[in-house]
Amino acid sequence: RDFNERCAQCSEVNWGLTDGGRFYCRSCHNVTERTREVVNTDFISNARIQTISKGLRKQEKTDGGCEWYVCEGFQLVLKKQAEALEALGVCPQMKDEILCNFWRRYLQKSKQAYCNRPAGETVKALSVCDSSTDVDSEPERPSLLHLSLSESEGDLQTDCSFASSTSRVSESTSVCSGSVDGSLYLMKNQREKLRMTMPMTLSFCYMALLWLREPMTLSDLLRFVVEGHIPYLNVFQHFPEKMKLCGLDLKIFCVESWPVYEEVYNKMLELAAFLDLPRFPDITDSCFLHPDMLCMKYLMEANLPDELHNWTCRVVKKICIGEADFLTLVPGNKSTRNVKYDVLAAAVIVVVLKLLFLLDDHYEWLLSDFAEESNKNNKEGGPYFEFKKWYKVIKCSLDVEQKKLDEERAKYLWRCEKPLFYSAKKKSKVLKRRQMVVNLQNQFGKLSGSVQPAEKPKPSSFQLSWSEENTDGSCFHGHSLKGILQEKCGLLTAMNPAYWLCTVKLCTEKLCGHLAHYREVDFPQSYHFVLRLFSFILRIQPSYIHDEVCVIEHKLFNKKLYKKSKYNTGLRK
Amino acid sequence: SSHEHKLNFKKSKEVCLSYIQDAMLQKQWKRAAEFLTFYTESLEKDFSTQYMGPSEMIWRIGTEILCHHSHSSMKEFNSFTEQMKTLGVKRYLKVCLEHAFHLLCNGLIDEAYQNLSLAESWRFGEQTAIQDKEMKLIQAYRGLLDYYSWSKQKTILLEHGQDGFEDLSVEQEMHSCFRKAAVNLKEIIKIPGVWDLFVKCYVDLLEFYGDHNEARQVLNEYAYNSKFPANPNAHVYLYQFLKRHGESKKSLISALKILHDIAPSHELMIDFNTMLQKSKKRKKRRLGLEVIFAALDYAGWKENVKAWSCLARQVKQIVISEKHLDWIKQEWNSRKDWWPAFHFSRYLAKRNWQENESLSYEKAVVAGILLGKDCKYFKYVSHQGCKAQVKRFRTLKKFVNKHNPVYLRISG
Repeated sequence: RDFNERCAQCSEVNWGLTDGGRFYCRSCHNVTERTREVVNTDFISNARIQTISKGLRKQEKTDGGCEWYVCEGFQLVLKKQAEALEALGVCPQMKDEILCNFWRRYLQKSKQAYCNRPAGETVKALSVCDSSTDVDSEPERPSLLHLSLSESEGDLQTDCSFASSTSRVSESTSVCSGSVDGSLYLMKNQREKLRMTMPMTLSFCYMALLWLREPMTLSDLLRFVVEGHIPYLNVFQHFPEKMKLCGLDLKIFCVESWPVYEEVYNKMLELAAFLDLPRFPDITDSCFLHPDMLCMKYLMEANLPDELHNWTCRVVKKICIGEADFLTLVPGNKSTRNVKYDVLAAAVIVVVLKLLFLLDDHYEWLLSDFAEESNKNNKEGGPYFEFKKWYKVIKCSLDVEQKKLDEERAKYLWRCEKPLFYSAKKKSKVLKRRQMVVNLQNQFGKLSGSVQPAEKPKPSSFQLSWSEENTDGSCFHGHSLKGILQEKCGLLTAMNPAYWLCTVKLCTEKLCGHLAHYREVDFPQSYHFVLRLFSFILRIQPSYIHDEVCVIEHKLFNKKLYKKSKYNTGLRK
Repeated sequence: SSHEHKLNFKKSKEVCLSYIQDAMLQKQWKRAAEFLTFYTESLEKDFSTQYMGPSEMIWRIGTEILCHHSHSSMKEFNSFTEQMKTLGVKRYLKVCLEHAFHLLCNGLIDEAYQNLSLAESWRFGEQTAIQDKEMKLIQAYRGLLDYYSWSKQKTILLEHGQDGFEDLSVEQEMHSCFRKAAVNLKEIIKIPGVWDLFVKCYVDLLEFYGDHNEARQVLNEYAYNSKFPANPNAHVYLYQFLKRHGESKKSLISALKILHDIAPSHELMIDFNTMLQKSKKRKKRRLGLEVIFAALDYAGWKENVKAWSCLARQVKQIVISEKHLDWIKQEWNSRKDWWPAFHFSRYLAKRNWQENESLSYEKAVVAGILLGKDCKYFKYVSHQGCKAQVKRFRTLKKFVNKHNPVYLRISG
């Protein structure tokens, strides 16, 4: 706003905004480096207030509700999520600029706002008056979703008639949904592609985080959602009173399952392509999401020696997965395989462990005994890393944490104070039920004995932590790998000469959806244990990590695979 | 538990339920209560078509926990059960009934009565007809409690009667209880089923008021109507009734016949055998032998002196008369392979002798006849008995020696 400088190229004052938030000259399309200072940072949750004052919105209904559209609801959701992320330490730019712009672009692309009336659809004008209105002739018609831009902002906000397609929005729709277009929204035959869903809000968030290269992986994000730090379940509680939810709205906004990594991730890719986004900012080796960095984090969390980092970096370098071109997201590019940073880093560590310890349920224990022997004689310097000790410590902690997690799953509460009902008829029954549930919870809660009130644990980036100050020797960060390495030609190499591949041949992803098929019984228990550890940390199925391990192995041993040399000892499918 | 990272409402509640079940099996009531608090919200999604949905689960589990938890009280239980009654109209009467049972188990008879009366007056459209069975049960139990009141008042009256007091109001109330009880009890025992307690009470009422015919009819129905499940007690009640009223041996015997068929180890078999032994009819005596042998097949009778003495008497009598040895042979045929180890081992001989001389005597009689004088049991016991100079053992020894050839004929 208020950017009145003359354009450097054409000396005109005719500015617009790019998606990146930069000003560009509309005359000559010169992009500047100036970014717009955002004045009004609020998502206006209740745009209705604006419109009501202009007398354009339909009167409030008798139950105190108002008209609202589904994407208003989603906008609110995104706002809440962005605020929560900001509270977690994400930079404010995410909420104020990036997410906001992504959303606006989405609305535009999906023809829900900020666009010309799509041809061939009967449009009910947003502002409902008794007399018909001519859509084009009111320049000051406000947009429903007035995102921190003033009304006469440029061409990004052309006609903001709301394309609620097909039939009139009539009284009857309010029976099926509190929102104006709830029933239309769920119709299969959607003109607008990529219909918005609750999981997709997380895709939006992740996309914004990725754009800004924030130090939060997708698994971190989803974990925060489950732990309740980011609104998702029952987020409709935060809708204003006047936005009544009922009927089909429930199907749209009520969540009854934890978000699934794959689903959120794939939707994000779809979304990025749909929005025609350019290449995302480069992921370089100083980024948190770079495998070198993530490996360091996961090594710490897995209580593995820091020295392993050298090895992970070597693997990363060897198979060129540290390159910005490999790591950076280019939307719509189907030829490159998209990168799941967290899974990739975990898989690299698994491969390194296999390289050094073989993990065939035999060799790693031998090596451990060997290291133990060496440790007896090794008085100066730090202790050598013993796989056996590490295994015991980790198994113990992992079992405890897993048990806790399993109990949490059983104790997860899905409902909230704000009741939901499908229709007004059911309201009293629903309320009665809710009351009974609350009574029962109180009654049996008292009988639960000394149960502490469930405090939300403080959000933390690490789920497992180990301190070197512990004298019980349960921290392995500083341990040395010398016990399992040998010197050869002045270089330290692994004593382990062998390697086994997880799979000889990768599946075609298109056919069965996976690159490999993991069954616990087919693989050594040590391998399964390591997968289980990272599966817990990332909160995903072991098979996802296994898939990634297979891909890395195939890259790493690419030449050898095609040569079919005798290096393929111990091949397993 | 699987390390699945997907989770939805349904799965989450299933997992919660399994935690509750585990806790209950291990009698960890606090833990069960804790998980139940998290399970309750499944009521808000009770669209299940499963056989047992969340509301029934919560009722049953909650009841169990409240029964066993150390901190729970009757008041809590009542309040919980009242809530459960409102949860599902299809289950209303069942919950009422179980509530009443619980109150009875805790000695709260008046409350139970009130509950049952209240439930009896419940009406709910077509549900009333659908829950007809439960309604009948409710009425029956109320009838039972009426009987109980009647019984108490009867006792009071009898005491007062002894003291010379007359209490008209108590008497009237007593009669009124009788009427109420009789109506309901009569109804329930019409339905095929096992109604032992109800039958007994009803018969008691009828007998008190002198309606013996009705009583006899009721008992006959209960025992002989093929629609009713086979029930030893039915025959026992009938037998006891007939005996009380001095019926003929013939009818007594016929009452016990079916009892022998369905429960050969019943304690009344002794009475049965005694009556049969004394009968003039050969068939009856033959049956008597069969009855007593059958009873002693059961481990619970091993040390029953009376039973052994019945058998001993009958077997001895047959041997002396030298008639019908084939009866013994027939009975012994299927038993000769296992009775010796089961009843007549050397170990048992020692033990019986030490613990119960009469038992050992009676058993020795039987052993001597069935297995001959050289059998372990007989040898040991008779030797001990003679050593201790107990007269009957000497008599026994002579007897068995004399009749030893019999054994050979039996076993051959």
